[in-house]
Amino acid sequence: MRAVSEADSSIMFGEDGLLNELLVERFNYCVYVVLLLIGLYAMIAKNNLIKKLIGMSIFQTAIILFYVSIGVKEGGTIPIYVAEHDPHGNHAEHAAHPEEANATEGSEENATTATASHEADHGHHAPRSLTDEETSGYANPLPHVLMLTAIVVGVATLGVALALTQRIYRAYGTIEEDAVLAAILAEDAATVIPDVLSTKPKRAKAKSRKAKQA
Amino acid sequence: MKKLALAVTVLTGVLLLYAAQDFLAWGDLQSPASASPVSKHFIADTGVDTEVPNMVTAVLADYRGFDTMFETVVIFIAGIAIIGILRRTGADADAPALKRENEIATEPDLIVTNTVRLLVPVIQLFAFYVLAHGHVSPGGGFQGGVIMGASFILVALAWDLPKAMDRLSVDRAVMLAGVGILIYAGIGLFSMLLGGEFLDYAELSHVLPVSSEMARYHAMLGVEIGVAFTVTAVMFAIYANLSTRGRLEGGL
Amino acid sequence: MTGLALFNLFILVFMVVAAVISLRVKDLLTASVVFGIYSFLMCLLWAEMGAVDVAFTEAAVGAGVSAVFLVATVFNVKRRSSD
Repeated sequence: MRAVSEADSSIMFGEDGLLNELLVERFNYCVYVVLLLIGLYAMIAKNNLIKKLIGMSIFQTAIILFYVSIGVKEGGTIPIYVAEHDPHGNHAEHAAHPEEANATEGSEENATTATASHEADHGHHAPRSLTDEETSGYANPLPHVLMLTAIVVGVATLGVALALTQRIYRAYGTIEEDAVLAAILAEDAATVIPDVLSTKPKRAKAKSRKAKQA
Repeated sequence: MKKLALAVTVLTGVLLLYAAQDFLAWGDLQSPASASPVSKHFIADTGVDTEVPNMVTAVLADYRGFDTMFETVVIFIAGIAIIGILRRTGADADAPALKRENEIATEPDLIVTNTVRLLVPVIQLFAFYVLAHGHVSPGGGFQGGVIMGASFILVALAWDLPKAMDRLSVDRAVMLAGVGILIYAGIGLFSMLLGGEFLDYAELSHVLPVSSEMARYHAMLGVEIGVAFTVTAVMFAIYANLSTRGRLEGGL
Repeated sequence: MTGLALFNLFILVFMVVAAVISLRVKDLLTASVVFGIYSFLMCLLWAEMGAVDVAFTEAAVGAGVSAVFLVATVFNVKRRSSD
């Protein structure tokens, strides 16, 4: 963090200032935070249960959006192997191999690539581990995998929550939170709890025992 | 209450924005997620270990197969829970149905039914394609399963729910969901019986006449089929229960 | 600004607008449909980011199944919300 003693306006508006860093370079993160806040506010403040659930879904998808976006690599492609790294190869690949072997010998100085192109000349395309510079050309697949799970579990949760909403409607006739709370409190006030802790039956039993003894 | 909520929300937002300054710029190659050796290993070695071009499917079904199995179980539990929540038992069973606000009794519309009649086979074929081609293109078990479930929901929307339930009743759907999980766990247990660890697909090369990498390829497809069964069945079961408040008659 | 950055900005702004509309309308059916719009925009954003599997799943699940569940529930409870 920059020194706080620089008490001039460049803290906010300069090249390294807060506004530039936050709003220009990291604009996406700001929008994700705004979406999170919209979802959070809806979950807390809305009266209608379905609006709360929509807020919950917005919250979940905003978090998934944030998580997926940290796996983005600038200039990277989708996490499916391109034709030249494909472990199975394909027929168009085999036809293009003589040209590719000439092109790749110059650009990559990897011994295994030379072996691969040598094998490719014989028509067999062996799968190989990718180098570091090749892996940086693909987007990171790990956040995608975790968020696939999250999306599907999110829809399952939404389904259960909607079923609970219908059950509440069946029981109380309304899905507004304040009306449901009022109905629950009224029910609680109206229930009569049977008196199991009073001592009257014991006294009666004691009397009957004394009567039997007597 | 709303003012309190607004205050809490704004405070959270300020804190999050303050923390956002520490992030690297968007798409930076040095971000911790992208520079970690685990993700580099996944990108570099998926082709060698499993011969599957789609890294996401390989990581989902093979490297992190445990996660996916329990996720399938979670979907199954959600389906069962919804059936349990909305079920009518005992005194409730004969209660008169709550009158719905927008109840309009209509005949199935001619255009909609004929269009759906043409579309549903294509949709189901596409769902199979997405399932089977998930190794090479975006797709896989979940996507194929959801599209298949959506085709049953489409039949229920165009006609009425009994017509869709003629094809897949809720009891059958629950059984199908269970079969899906059995397939998944069964492949894992089969690998254990062959001497490996649970969900170690390479052991299947002892039984199938393929190399151990291709054994992982094919076991991944089997596992994705299990997931697709469960997801299809549960999506339709959830819709059938939600749209009829548990009575399984009438419907949207 | 490059075309891609403009596209990103467009989609993000629309997403925020869709989220706010979905939570402000009083008619719950409209809220469910606008939630479907929000899901579709999210799917587009992920496809542009290179997360194609996630985009596929969100298109199928979020805009397809999730919106249908919401509409099915709204038809069985009140359609009008107080806020």
